[in-house]
Amino acid sequence: MRAYQRPMAGWWRRNPYYLRYMLREASCVFITAYAFVLLAGLWRLAQGKAPFERWLEGLAHPLPIAFHAAAALLVLYHAWTWFKVMPKTLPRVPVPDAAIVAAGLAASAVLSAAMLWAML
Amino acid sequence: MSRTIRIECLRYHPETDAAPRFQTYAVPFSDDMSVLQGLQYIKDYLDGSLTFRWSCRMAICGSCGQMVNGVPALGCETFLRDYYPGTVRVEPLNHFPIVRDLAIDQTDFLAKLESVKPWIINEKDSPSEKTHVQTPGQMEEYYQYSKCINCLLCYAACPQYGLNSAFTGPAALALLHRYNADSRDEGKSERMQVVNAEDGVWGCTLVGYCSEVCPKDVDPARAVNQNKINSARDYFLRFLRK
Amino acid sequence: MGDALKRSNKPIFWSLFGAGGMLSALIGPMLIFVTGIALPLGLVHLSYEQAAAFSAHVPGKLAILAVISLFLFHGLHRMYHSVHDFGIHVGAGLKALFHGVAFAGTLAAGALLLML
Repeated sequence: MRAYQRPMAGWWRRNPYYLRYMLREASCVFITAYAFVLLAGLWRLAQGKAPFERWLEGLAHPLPIAFHAAAALLVLYHAWTWFKVMPKTLPRVPVPDAAIVAAGLAASAVLSAAMLWAML
Repeated sequence: MSRTIRIECLRYHPETDAAPRFQTYAVPFSDDMSVLQGLQYIKDYLDGSLTFRWSCRMAICGSCGQMVNGVPALGCETFLRDYYPGTVRVEPLNHFPIVRDLAIDQTDFLAKLESVKPWIINEKDSPSEKTHVQTPGQMEEYYQYSKCINCLLCYAACPQYGLNSAFTGPAALALLHRYNADSRDEGKSERMQVVNAEDGVWGCTLVGYCSEVCPKDVDPARAVNQNKINSARDYFLRFLRK
Repeated sequence: MGDALKRSNKPIFWSLFGAGGMLSALIGPMLIFVTGIALPLGLVHLSYEQAAAFSAHVPGKLAILAVISLFLFHGLHRMYHSVHDFGIHVGAGLKALFHGVAFAGTLAAGALLLML
């Protein structure tokens, strides 16, 4: 008696929920690439003043700017989905889910603002 | 004057079909008719060969799970009026082998269920001698997970189960957690092996769609991911116990 | 059922993934904006001397190491799972490759920071 097994290929394209999941997962490519950008900067820093300043100048071109813009947006989506899902990953606490999400997003906003302020 | 809606059903009779096909029926309906009632109308008046599971008609037996326009849903609490004038496409629950038409093979889930030992494990206290006492707070710890009706919508939602059927899966892991969290139960250590395995909680990537589709608000995603912490704790602290 | 119920080593990689995920969720977007858009466009300034001073003392070194290492462990662990999500079979080899790259990046960052 032949039971029929349906193929999984293209599963993530068949439902908007899955598309949003794949978008969240896609952020990881940019996070990894960005870490390598930082590593490259660290390497140039270790080489000295001129190499480091040349590396900084290299960032001021359309392609690197576009990469960082895309990365910032996707990692922002990662941050949003991370805090939205955080209540499900924590052990039982006498705090409503919405409060946990709000606390996480607030912490991110505060730290981000502090970082920007420190650089200005 | 009743309206008519088109219900498109997946058909598969293994004795004659090499692969599934679709068949569309024109079903007269009223605003209070569920998708299940639509299927029953087809079977009663249009095509007696249509095969599907159902029982209670009130979202407690877990029998009538289907894919309705690509979304896992219980036929008895999904209403035709919400799809009119579009076509309602009914398919068997995703990720399971199709036995016949809209009926899937649940064998794998039943094996997963058995593997988590879904009963109170307690050698010391026998209910015949002494009743278990439990505070409302203690019941809170596991109550939502006890509401699972084994309808398998979460398995149809879970792409990790679809990609790898060795994954224990949302409902089985939620029920595992239901018993571990029950103050009357002493069997956590017996269930840890299932939790800690690659296809235990670690098969989950927190897609979260399982909790979205659950008709009973069990929130299996929460049960699975809380046990990732338990599993990690067990992993890192096991040498301290020895 | 013996091999199927073998204890998974996931907790190690998941903990690193989680730490990296939390860190990148807290400071990732702004860090990327500052270093990748604000800095090149001159909205903020970072001189070689400032960068060298920051990475000269231990807290600065630890911060840089934490960001690079945890971002790598988070990103590469998720990438490893994404390959599986696309239906491509992932075995021990790919697992070692993805996490190995994260480990190598961590070592490289550590070595560079020791030089600074």
